[in-house]
Amino acid sequence: MLKTVEIWCLSLGALLLSMLLIAAFIFTTGNSPSEVFHSLYRGAFGSWFSWQNTLVRAAPLMLTALCTALPARVGLIVIGGEGAMVVGGLTAAITGIAIQDAPSFMVMSAMMIVGGGCAGLWILAVGALRHYRNVNETISSLLLNYIAIAVLNFLVVGVLKDPATLNNPSTYSIGEKNMITSIGDSSVHWGLVYGLVVCLAMWFVARRTTFGFAADVTGGNIRAARLVGLPVAKIVLLSCFLGGAAAGLAGVIEIAAIQGRANSSLNAGYGYAGILVAFLARHNPLAIIPYALLLGGIQASGGLLQRAHDLPDATVAVFQGIIFMMILSSEMLYGRIKFLQPKSMIS
Amino acid sequence: MTEQPILEALSICKQFGDVRVLNNISLKLGRGTVHALLGENGAGKSTLVKCIMGYYRPDDGQLLFEGREAQIVSPEQATALGIGMVYQHFTLIPNMSIAENIVLSRPNLPAVINWPAEISQLEQRMGEMPFQFELRRSINSLSAGEKQKVEIIKQLLLNAKVLILDEPTSVLTPTEADEVLDKIYQLTRDGKLSVLIITHKFREVMKYADDVTVLRKGEYIGSAKVADVDPEKLAKMMVGEETLTQAPSRASHKNRRCVVQIDKLTVNNEQGLAAISNLDLELYAGEIIGIAGVSGNGQKQLTEVLGGQRAPLSGQLRVNGQAFGASRREMVEHQFYCLPEEPLRNACVANLSVADNIALRKFDSPAFTSMKWIVKRKAIRDFALDLIQQYKIRTAGPEQNIGALSGGNVQRAVLARELAQALSVLVVSNPCFGLDFKAVADIRARLLEARNQGTAVLLLSEDLDEILELSDRFFVISGGQLVYQTTPQEADLQTIGRYMGGH
Ligand SMILES: Nc1ncnc2c1ncn2[C@@H]1O[C@H](COP(=O)(O)OP(=O)(O)OP(=O)(O)O)[C@@H](O)[C@H]1O
Ligand SMILES: [Mg+2]
Repeated sequence: MLKTVEIWCLSLGALLLSMLLIAAFIFTTGNSPSEVFHSLYRGAFGSWFSWQNTLVRAAPLMLTALCTALPARVGLIVIGGEGAMVVGGLTAAITGIAIQDAPSFMVMSAMMIVGGGCAGLWILAVGALRHYRNVNETISSLLLNYIAIAVLNFLVVGVLKDPATLNNPSTYSIGEKNMITSIGDSSVHWGLVYGLVVCLAMWFVARRTTFGFAADVTGGNIRAARLVGLPVAKIVLLSCFLGGAAAGLAGVIEIAAIQGRANSSLNAGYGYAGILVAFLARHNPLAIIPYALLLGGIQASGGLLQRAHDLPDATVAVFQGIIFMMILSSEMLYGRIKFLQPKSMIS
Repeated sequence: MTEQPILEALSICKQFGDVRVLNNISLKLGRGTVHALLGENGAGKSTLVKCIMGYYRPDDGQLLFEGREAQIVSPEQATALGIGMVYQHFTLIPNMSIAENIVLSRPNLPAVINWPAEISQLEQRMGEMPFQFELRRSINSLSAGEKQKVEIIKQLLLNAKVLILDEPTSVLTPTEADEVLDKIYQLTRDGKLSVLIITHKFREVMKYADDVTVLRKGEYIGSAKVADVDPEKLAKMMVGEETLTQAPSRASHKNRRCVVQIDKLTVNNEQGLAAISNLDLELYAGEIIGIAGVSGNGQKQLTEVLGGQRAPLSGQLRVNGQAFGASRREMVEHQFYCLPEEPLRNACVANLSVADNIALRKFDSPAFTSMKWIVKRKAIRDFALDLIQQYKIRTAGPEQNIGALSGGNVQRAVLARELAQALSVLVVSNPCFGLDFKAVADIRARLLEARNQGTAVLLLSEDLDEILELSDRFFVISGGQLVYQTTPQEADLQTIGRYMGGH
């Protein structure tokens, strides 16, 4: 119980400290920090309109964050969310185009299975290289990002190119009827619900199932995991697969809910921002949800900051970077603050 | 002792959370003496010396060094004053050379290091050292004993006037231990060095120490001149009036049933060299087979293969007549369990709780799950609470991370986990490393108990006395081969010593 209190106190402390630093940064740009914070708030959570904007951005972040968080639980630092999202989106688009006349329910299911599955295998390959060949997973997943993006670019300007898309080369469309609809009359699509459900499910898996327990043991000490006979290879590979599949699903949603076709919007940076969300959440799938909202909000407010305060568009990236650094530094303090330590129960 | 002590700790208090680990502890280390610090596992010995080193900050109390009050807030500062410590775990940086390790731990290091000058300076001083080393050797290439010696000369080269040793001999063979302690004892005789040594071995206290201080559960019990005490008195000071667990007598079993067959086992080490070659061994139900030998002769690799941590190069392992691949299912089916040494590195997850670590063998068994997949946290907690009490594990509670326990308590927690189930095969390696004598008696009794119940036990130990006390028959391992077999009754120490030393 107290462990959770400790996490809350330290995370809030780190966020407060990053707000101070951000304020200092804003001050150097000649703006008033309080006004910029107010705009930030308005742009992210100030109105129903900005909430919708935030939610739409948070949905893929939840899923790409899992691509880092799940392998991290078995001790792998995977940063391949961007590539997995591209692979998921691209294969889903191809599937959708190929069977677009089938009933839309079937098209959707096929896109999710193929997109999630291929992206899962993509990251599973990273895990396999690490486990069997000792190839550093961070480097290999980063390089795979570039490969995925290159393949995407090759296909959208080549065989899959829809001639009608001139200035933003894209594949053919999966068909209007096969798209994911919006929730009610908002601009928020059902993809948000997928993100929430997957995060909750993964939280349950991590906290309450034997697989989650085994993954924590493997990540904590692989020698101990072997000693008690856990199927280490299976656990590592499955964790990578699940992470990749989640990011792949983000790609499927981007295709099926927003673009209707695969193009460079698949590598717009959700995969990289997801790494940040995962670290902020300390790889806890439940904590990913609020942090995805926070980051989605910061990104959503970017436009308003530019317009209202004449701040450069990299400002949002600076904010994210400051928060990231603060949260990472707060890791150092775990177990060191006296009144946050567990009380004894037996002696 | 009229002379002023070189180091004095006065009424040191230390609390972790609200667990009181040290309560008003005082200790006087006389100049040029060896002072032993004794106490049960978790008594607070390591914590006390870490407070002296400035590694922890005491909540209350005072330190006097050479008669003056010293505020030591960091290990660097202690080093600068001339207080050096060899920790319970190695602190050398593995892929650096001996010289680099020594220079880098010097306080106030200049920003740019003149390596040739440093090394030649070290080489000049090497002559006065009790152990000689080629300074360019990498730490990786050293055996456990050599590392311990390097840790010691590192402190001497850093000009330590006070040397604190935390269980320095638990990684050494008795011969190595004697060699190291002999040399250190000699250094103290001319008054240049004073030593504070933590140990669980009464023999070492009686042979090398001048004074002794005893702690019990964080309380100061007393100090004495070693000349005035005997092991019995010390034991009483350590544990009070509690009695030792009596070892059960050996039950005899009528039919010998072979449970484990190891057939022409060959295993490589990390460097790809043969660590074990063509080893044959059979274990029988209700028998303790000992493997004696100097560390580094293949014991580690044998335990790793049996524990499923390393794949053998060739050879066969059969349990109850079936091939055994050390998967979880097979372990449960054949009740085959293995406990390697260095539990924090090999057998538990430091940043998981004590309860989770105790449940490592069982968390997926029906008693701890519902619907096959869902872990029952409460069942795990209750199970752990029970074992914590049974095995007297000192912890703030089942939720505490196991990494925060004292060395001996980690060992107890892991032993509790392995022994708390029906066993038909048990492989243990140095089960009593770092345990106090009371825990040793307790664990040995439990191993005999398991044997009497029909478990086939394989005991790998570097402590020959342990093998002689526990085993029904035993082998000597040398160069990865079983070179000699005998029983404790027929054992001849000289012959064994000859085989241990490689014929
Ligand atoms: N960092 C820590 N946080 C919380 N509790 C701790 C910490 N370090 C030690 N303790 C507790 O303090 C007590 C004393 O530990 P210490 O390591 O000093 O024992 P020790 O006498 O050296 O025992 P051993 O012979 O087993 O090494 C133990 O009960 C341990 O659980
Ligand atoms: Mg200790």
